[in-house]
Amino acid sequence: MDVEILARIQFAFTIAFHYIYPPLSIGIGLIMVIMEGLYLKTGNKHYEVLTRFWLKIFAITFGIGVATGIIMEFEFGTNWAVYSKYVGDIFGSALAAEGLFAFGLESTFLGILIFGWNRVSPKVHFISTIGVFLGSMFSAVWIVVANSWQQTPAGYHIVGEGLSARAEVTDFWAMVFNPSSVDRIIHVWQGAFLSGAFLVLSVHAYYLIKGRYVEISKKAFKISLVIAALVSFSQLVSGHSSADGVSKNQPAKLAAMEGHYEKSAPADLYLFGWVDNERQEVNGLKVPGGLSFLVHQDFEASITGLNAFPKEDRPSQVNAVFQFYHIMISIGMFLIALTFYAIFLWWRGKLFDNKWLLRIFAFSVLLPQIANQAGWFAAEMGRQPWIVYGHLRTSEGFSQEVSSNQILFSLILFFIVYALLFLLFMYSVNKKIKQGPFDETKNELEIS
Amino acid sequence: METILGIDYPTLWFLVVGLLFSGYAILEGFDYGAGAWHLFFKKDLSRRIAINAVGPLWDANQVWLIIGGGALFAGFPVMYATMLSAMYIPFMLFLILLVLRSSAIKFRSAEKMLWWRKTWDIIYFISNTLIAFLLGVVLGNILQGFEIGENFSYKGGIFFAFLSPYAIMVGFTTLSIFMTQGAIFLLLKTEGRLHSKLTFLLKRGMIFFIVSFAITSLYTLIFIPGVTDNFKEQPIFFVLPILSFLAVANVPRLVSKKKYALALVFSSLTMAFLLMLVAFQLYPVLLPSTINSDFSVTIYNAASSQKSLGIMLTIVAIGAPLLAGYFLFLYKTFNGKVTLDDTSY
Repeated sequence: MDVEILARIQFAFTIAFHYIYPPLSIGIGLIMVIMEGLYLKTGNKHYEVLTRFWLKIFAITFGIGVATGIIMEFEFGTNWAVYSKYVGDIFGSALAAEGLFAFGLESTFLGILIFGWNRVSPKVHFISTIGVFLGSMFSAVWIVVANSWQQTPAGYHIVGEGLSARAEVTDFWAMVFNPSSVDRIIHVWQGAFLSGAFLVLSVHAYYLIKGRYVEISKKAFKISLVIAALVSFSQLVSGHSSADGVSKNQPAKLAAMEGHYEKSAPADLYLFGWVDNERQEVNGLKVPGGLSFLVHQDFEASITGLNAFPKEDRPSQVNAVFQFYHIMISIGMFLIALTFYAIFLWWRGKLFDNKWLLRIFAFSVLLPQIANQAGWFAAEMGRQPWIVYGHLRTSEGFSQEVSSNQILFSLILFFIVYALLFLLFMYSVNKKIKQGPFDETKNELEIS
Repeated sequence: METILGIDYPTLWFLVVGLLFSGYAILEGFDYGAGAWHLFFKKDLSRRIAINAVGPLWDANQVWLIIGGGALFAGFPVMYATMLSAMYIPFMLFLILLVLRSSAIKFRSAEKMLWWRKTWDIIYFISNTLIAFLLGVVLGNILQGFEIGENFSYKGGIFFAFLSPYAIMVGFTTLSIFMTQGAIFLLLKTEGRLHSKLTFLLKRGMIFFIVSFAITSLYTLIFIPGVTDNFKEQPIFFVLPILSFLAVANVPRLVSKKKYALALVFSSLTMAFLLMLVAFQLYPVLLPSTINSDFSVTIYNAASSQKSLGIMLTIVAIGAPLLAGYFLFLYKTFNGKVTLDDTSY
């Protein structure tokens, strides 16, 4: 296989694997902040038990996130040397800020969070929890800023030509607040909150089904249900705003998301479908003119289609972009329905009576994970053939000196080590869940 | 070119990067070094204590690698890209070893089975030892130079080219100084029989260091061309090797007086002086070309724009004091001997 494809597979694999963990850390972090805050405020032991329990799972998740994240930081240089030189001037300051402001904060306070229960006061511990949570939120900010700059470059000029061409920053804040960064940061945060909330929902739904840890599980379930419902709904808003931005700044990507080929015509909105890239057709269930309506509030408005771009300047994997995008949307809609139905039952006082609803929640942990991955795949594949939109092609960005055999070697190593890591992660989280938040045979908490 | 106190921005950023990697070498140095002693401890409890000595600190110490890498990428993208893509295989091994090492810390004591713990102990030992060694190999290669042609294109081999006798010697020197650091750190954190064993191990570590350091120094002076050029111009910097020697000579005295924290400071100083020596020797080159010195990567042809460096210097000026504060707080919280409780690894 050629170097470009292998380099892309390796990057996609390592980043997708990495992206299982940081969103979970951010999401669990939010819930820990709430639980520990409630403990400090009310003095209720239940919240302390919950905080300590989720901290254990947080620690494993966070650890794997860091370990796989370091690889990402260096993989730009190893596999994408031309790209690194091209964007270093811009991307670098975002990464440096991430390290100093965000990662420094989360990693130092992490030690206190995990090992400091008996060494610092509850208040200081709570502050550490907030520190780690905020650190992980800031991390997301800088990383998404850097990625958004690749999607919608701003605040820069191009210097030099050929292999020595590079982008240089002219306006730092215009670079940071490039047209897509705010929408995408919010969208990514919300995706992270959902993956954390649904993990908590899932585990406590499992306990409730089994009739274990009932009292604390009800509390944890309600907290995360509120987050899940609020966030999954507001995800619609940020998602819409984000898509709106894509329609303005990356029309070829938007066209690929809905399989819209005609140069300039009203565009449909598909609930699901299959794109035939050869015949330039989509077969599926659609709302005619739906995309036009969403973008311009007019079913008849024209939307720029894929054919408005030369073949070499638009995504080639249209069906993949379409599918990933629609998987994300469908899951998002399902999560809204699920959480609002659960809230409705809660209002009627029947939330925990429905075993089958709890079962759905127990399995729902996978859904935000899949949606997060699918969303990123749609965003990144929709950006193709560009690595920096409109300026640098992916085919020009990889390391010229690295051969396909070298990448194959590292790719196989990553497959083996990450498979092992994933098994260890599943095994230890599963074990923590089976062990539960406390020793039930002593039963001191359920009485209080 | 813009300057602060008469120093141009690329030079300032060179200092920042140097400082970050020195911080990394000193702090993660004792973590890796402690791990490189791991199989010398025979009892399960001793091994657990050794891991928990670095337990609350290693994640924070690792921040220095992450910020250092970011700073290199940000300030000297050409250096970052050229070095990492040229040393593709060594860096991939380094990264994979980092993953294995952190897994070992996290999962080693999670199960009671003997085979489980023994397997992780071996992984932990090997990964720490190899990481320390590889870091030295990278440094050795930087000092020796890469086969860099025009436009910073790398012309050399992919793996064995990096294992020259010199690079291997620098690898051993790095491993030995990390092990010295690690042993002192563990002395500071442990009690009882493990502690007395470490006193003995430290002596071996120091002999290992002095021998490899002497060989490497001789090798450098004889075989690495141009190494003394900067010194001929600025003889004052001859004080650096002398200082590093004095600092390391102070360690046994402090250890015998049981002043471990101070001993750790002095062994860290040794490392700091040696790294300053390296920086001074290289400056303003970052990566010498062995083909033609015109092709070398320097702080000027590798640097980001003035504007970008200015922004990053501002970021550092704001961020560094914050980070220093976090670290002081962290180290203060976990001051003292290791005690195992239900939150330990």
